[in-house]
Amino acid sequence: MQNTKMFNKKMIFPLLVSLFLLIIPTILIKFTIIDEYFAQIITLAAINAIMAISVNIICGFTGQLSLGQASFMAIGAYMSILLTENLGLPMGLSIIFAGFSAALVGFLIGFPTLKLRGDYLAIVTLGFGEIIKVILMNFKSITGGANGKRFVAPAAVNFTLNPEVSFFVIVFFLIVIIVLFQNFIRSSFGRAILAVREDEIAANSNGIGVFKYKMTGFIIASFVAGIGGALYAPFIGFIKPEMASFNRSIEYLIFVVLGGMGSITGSVVAAFTLTSLQEFLRFLQDYRLLVYPLILIFVMLYKPDGLLGTREFSFVKTEKRLFAFFKKVRVKNEK
Amino acid sequence: MVIQQLINGISLGSIYALIALGYTMVYGIVKLINFAHGDILMVGAYVGFFVLSAFGTSPFGFFVAIIISMVVCALFAIVIERFAYRPLRNAPRLNSLITAIAMSLIIQNAARVIPFIGPNPRQFPTLAKSTVYIGSFSLSNIQLIVIALSAILMLILAYIIKFTKIGKALRAVSFDNKAASLMGISVNKTISFTFALGAALAAVGGVLYATAYPQITPTMGAAPGLKAFIAAVLGGIGSIPGAMIGGYILGLAETLAKGFISSQFANAISFAILIIILLVKPTGLMGKNEREKV
Amino acid sequence: MKNKMIMQATDLSIVFGGLRAVDKFSFELYQNELVGLIGPNGAGKTTVFNMLTGIYTPTEGEIIYWDERSRVHSIGKKQPAVLNKVGIARTFQNIRLFNSLSVIDNVKIALHAHRKANIFDVLLRTKKFRSDEGIIEEKALQLLSLFKIADKKDELAKNLPYGEQRKLEIVRALAARPQVLFLDEPAAGMNPQETEELMELIAFIRKEFDLTILLIEHDMKLVMGICERLIVLDYGKIIARGLPEEIKKDPQVIKAYLGEEALEHVESE
Repeated sequence: MQNTKMFNKKMIFPLLVSLFLLIIPTILIKFTIIDEYFAQIITLAAINAIMAISVNIICGFTGQLSLGQASFMAIGAYMSILLTENLGLPMGLSIIFAGFSAALVGFLIGFPTLKLRGDYLAIVTLGFGEIIKVILMNFKSITGGANGKRFVAPAAVNFTLNPEVSFFVIVFFLIVIIVLFQNFIRSSFGRAILAVREDEIAANSNGIGVFKYKMTGFIIASFVAGIGGALYAPFIGFIKPEMASFNRSIEYLIFVVLGGMGSITGSVVAAFTLTSLQEFLRFLQDYRLLVYPLILIFVMLYKPDGLLGTREFSFVKTEKRLFAFFKKVRVKNEK
Repeated sequence: MVIQQLINGISLGSIYALIALGYTMVYGIVKLINFAHGDILMVGAYVGFFVLSAFGTSPFGFFVAIIISMVVCALFAIVIERFAYRPLRNAPRLNSLITAIAMSLIIQNAARVIPFIGPNPRQFPTLAKSTVYIGSFSLSNIQLIVIALSAILMLILAYIIKFTKIGKALRAVSFDNKAASLMGISVNKTISFTFALGAALAAVGGVLYATAYPQITPTMGAAPGLKAFIAAVLGGIGSIPGAMIGGYILGLAETLAKGFISSQFANAISFAILIIILLVKPTGLMGKNEREKV
Repeated sequence: MKNKMIMQATDLSIVFGGLRAVDKFSFELYQNELVGLIGPNGAGKTTVFNMLTGIYTPTEGEIIYWDERSRVHSIGKKQPAVLNKVGIARTFQNIRLFNSLSVIDNVKIALHAHRKANIFDVLLRTKKFRSDEGIIEEKALQLLSLFKIADKKDELAKNLPYGEQRKLEIVRALAARPQVLFLDEPAAGMNPQETEELMELIAFIRKEFDLTILLIEHDMKLVMGICERLIVLDYGKIIARGLPEEIKKDPQVIKAYLGEEALEHVESE
């Protein structure tokens, strides 16, 4: 059902819920009702959710297996530092421009690679990811090399030291990204990308420029990853070229596979669940590293669609279900 | 100087070729990029480590180490294929790929936690080194063994593929598994055999690699595995001669890059080669074009 | 009085590896015709379709196409998406629907060219976007209603019964209001009843949408029933052309389909 007004009743409930999830925890963190440790976990989970969404956009929604998304995150991270410290831009602007830088690199890489078929595409994106890591390690003057780089600008330090600020900003970006992407996917452009995922030849024969839309998905995914990185840098305060590695890309891929390729809700839920799990399982020490891949194989063998498949949480559907449920209860009580 | 680098390159390339063969055979038969293959190298190296620690570093000990590591890795690969890959044979490619990646992580991390392996590097027992000097360049006995042994194994493999019944079955199943099964070939057995064969070669690759670079860790398979994979793609994934050629080329390229440019960029150069090949001729040097049937 | 020519292929050939799959295929297609391309399995019929719809690039030969505004296009190297925009649409032998998407989304995708909103409209859900979506939804619904599958609009395409999947593929192809429609074995897997309905459907859409139709089919009842003329392919070459009645008796055609013995049998009568 299409909305016919810009702001209508249907939007009030989601809006309220989003504000609730954003503002209440921020206040709780500020007054240390939620302690700093917990705050860090949920904020990190939010960043992981952004990254999972990035991977989901290119792998789940556009159907192109890219194994190098972490490298776009790294580009976003390094760029946000450079733009804030060397160019003196305000943080907000740096973050956005860092996203655009990542998108630009995505555009350049996409040109040669998106012409390739499935497996080859995966390998090349992996390759580009590693090349970016090597570049970041070797241009010491700009990136600080293998030793990493600190984000020392005052605005960033404010971010790092005040958990309520980082939580608020990061979750705010997460919500905006979710909303904008949902708007995108429920439009002609979004449907075109899904068509490319479903069947390239049929999409092509029905007027969809396949390469154009693969590129669109790739650029959007890179942009989101860049934003994720640009938010990560001031949050943690210190970044290393390792963040561009294949291992990190795989970590985010795991969130998406678990949550369901093609479900934003799934990615967010998986990111929060697994990030918390990772902390919770710290007592397992090295055995912890076995948990992720074992879960992954288990999911692949028995529930390959992931937790949610391609289903999304829908406020509208949830409301309907709740009303139907209450109606049933009422009818039952009247008997 | 260049000739020295060439010798070094061929030596390294031999190892890459052995491992690349495993990637290419498995891809050829089940269209799966077995990310866990590089970790088989690691398993082979550790098995070699334990055998050599027990039997000593005599030629006999070395021989036993190679045989045992081949057997262990072959069995290991058969088990992995049976329980993790076979159920997903008809699933979307992405799922198998992810399973392979997960398997690789499991092997690496299991090795880290198993008490007698552990995350810390171990010193691989070395052979007594002797060097032959020919003119201005040197050839160590280790290099000689690596090059010769690899070449012998590759010849044996070529013989198996071309002249034995199972080799024909392998080629048939790679080409069209449904037709092959209609001809009475057991597809499952053939696929298991292929995995075993590839793993056996990787095991030898692992022992040789550890002999040449004596420090072994649970994650040692990642880098050479990735390079060998690039080699397989370079030669044309699915093509056995391609894997051999690709291995040598990559070994040479990496060695020459390390020698004449910089060792830091050597990795990036390998990837750059990969990307260029995929953009210019994605099917690799010896690969065939596969057209999708509409 | 002949209608205008809308497509002309001259000496189309395609070579795969060492195999010449199609050899010197030439034909002319006139507006509002209903032409059948028939021949034994493996004759190259779908390959010809693929060349005419931009999926394969011919190795030799030329294809010229006149769109609805009589602009001329040389097709050979163009992408299917480009051809779709100038009025060429097709269905596939093995049904290629967007399986995880809903029935109505399948149709909406074919209406892609009709969108007017740009990316900003989309992201901000402006009025322009919403009216745009409204129009697309309406057009899609209209089409689905016309073919009596509007009640299943939110059903996933893969969950439809086989016959309706074939229908959906045709509906989707029609959404872009093509000038010429290529149907690749539309009756495959259908029982006689369904084939009857399909014949009526094809006659209906030809009139309703002012279409020119080129179809590949093995079901002779359908072919003889609705095609105005036939082109017969065997081993990549055209072996006969003409009216259905003539083709039925053509010795080369009989030989191709039924073999030498059948031909001798016929000739001895």
